Amino acid sequence: MTIALQIKNLSRHFNDLVAVDNISFDILQGEIFGLLGPNGAGKTTILSILATMLTPTSGSATVNGIDIEKDPDGVRKSIGIVFQDQSLDEELTAWENMDFHGRLYRIPIGTRDQRITELLTLVELNDRRDDIVKTFSGGMRRRLEIARGLLHHPAVLFLDEPTLGLDPQTRNHLWNYIAALAKEKGITIILTTHYMDEADRLCNRIAIIDHGKIIATGTPKNLKDGLGGDLVTISSPDPAAVADALKGPWIARVETHNNEVIVSLKNADQHISTIVTLLNARQVPITSIAVHKPTLEDVFLSFTGRTIREQEAGQKENMRMHMRMGRH
Amino acid sequence: MDIIYTIWLRNMKRYIRSKSRIIGSVSMPLFFLLFLGFGLNSVVQLPGIGGNYILFLVPGMVSMSVMFTSVFSGIQVIWDKQFGFLKETLVAPVSRLEIMLGQTAGGATTAVLQGFIILVLSLFIGLQVSGLTGFMIALLFMALVAVSFTAFGIAIASRMEDMTGFQLIMNFVVFPIFGLSGAMFPISSLPAWILPLTLLDPMTYGVEGIRFGLTGASQINPVVCFAVIGGFSLAMTIIGAVLFRKIKI
Repeated sequence: MTIALQIKNLSRHFNDLVAVDNISFDILQGEIFGLLGPNGAGKTTILSILATMLTPTSGSATVNGIDIEKDPDGVRKSIGIVFQDQSLDEELTAWENMDFHGRLYRIPIGTRDQRITELLTLVELNDRRDDIVKTFSGGMRRRLEIARGLLHHPAVLFLDEPTLGLDPQTRNHLWNYIAALAKEKGITIILTTHYMDEADRLCNRIAIIDHGKIIATGTPKNLKDGLGGDLVTISSPDPAAVADALKGPWIARVETHNNEVIVSLKNADQHISTIVTLLNARQVPITSIAVHKPTLEDVFLSFTGRTIREQEAGQKENMRMHMRMGRH
Repeated sequence: MDIIYTIWLRNMKRYIRSKSRIIGSVSMPLFFLLFLGFGLNSVVQLPGIGGNYILFLVPGMVSMSVMFTSVFSGIQVIWDKQFGFLKETLVAPVSRLEIMLGQTAGGATTAVLQGFIILVLSLFIGLQVSGLTGFMIALLFMALVAVSFTAFGIAIASRMEDMTGFQLIMNFVVFPIFGLSGAMFPISSLPAWILPLTLLDPMTYGVEGIRFGLTGASQINPVVCFAVIGGFSLAMTIIGAVLFRKIKI
């Protein structure tokens, strides 16, 4: 497999803030690679550096074999980007937005028209090609942006939070598109997301990022398996006593977060009664008990001691939507 | 060149579609022309300059239309910044100079078109263009004013985060430049202490140049006008390009 992207000891500082802290990883050609982490973790900064919109403070990176600092124009020619915030001209039609992009990337007219039709058909917008983008829904705009990002046949496609602010149905739809794209066109895709399900469903490999550092890399399956089986979450007013009571070779790991004790073990369903019996014998109170298969959320929690700040993410999203609406 | 054309083309498409903007920015100078012109026509005497006040005012209002439209077109870069479209252009493998020049060309073209509309409307209230040469001279000066102030707008937009400062710029920079320029009064009748200010105002030379083209008479030698406004447009384009290069998104 060829390496599509190579990142070596990359750092970016904004005055005192270290947004990206000495990260290194490789992405193989044809992979869908996810940068997963809470808002403010540094995902967009990494993307901006790779897209040559920001210069790194130290370290280096190559995209499609081209050094981002030595030949930024070469990098720009070989990448397509869908930004986190919309970047379409709302006053122009879908076709005109595509055409503008094609001209900027100097695609000759014949090829340009043919590719635009092809891509608009792919994202099911060809029947709306002459409509002004202002009339498009959020999902349609995103699809148009993805089509536009592919117009100059990039080797690598960057998607920054591709499904942010979209409804579940549209998100599902979009995931199918992205997965199909990677398969059909053999494009390398890097996406950032703070949605666990998105990373899990879409990515071949992910890097979990927090405070500008990579805290884990691997396939979603490997990362989840790394937790040692199923998870049993026990809430109790006395979590220390719970953790103390649960010991033995059948338990892989025990972690305490606030009032919850998370126990990793194989075949959890069969051990529930044992756990309850054990705790009852020691007279440890139990508020609730739940069994579930590990998710990436659990992986993140186990590495950072925190859940991905979904709530904060939700607030930011609301603000963004609010700002967008206010501009109209 | 193809990139400049691409960006120019986008500006043209947006211009043609924004009917309300076209009408909106024509109405202001037109109302000025009608109210000031007809209102003061019988009162105002213009020593040394033949003709009546309303015909004196026409070139001034054409200048106003060109100038205000071009500042506004330049400042629209802020909207592209806010709506995210600027990212799409900046991340493409093209130079920022090309983008800036395309934006300037687009904004300037819309401004000249807006001025042209006022010019045509003025024909109905008695403007008589002396001939094709005069008309072409007027058009040339309109283009120079348009380029100057679109570039000026882009320069400001490159340094501004959002539109909140727009009103401030309009009131304290753009309007004084326009007001001092002699678009609404003959500069020879100004008190001696204002005259130097007016002569320092590059717009004065734009207005006088357009006036020379349209009416055949001006208070400043048209060659001087051409040199000053031509130089100013070049300087503004360079400043605009330098500031646009540093734009952060």
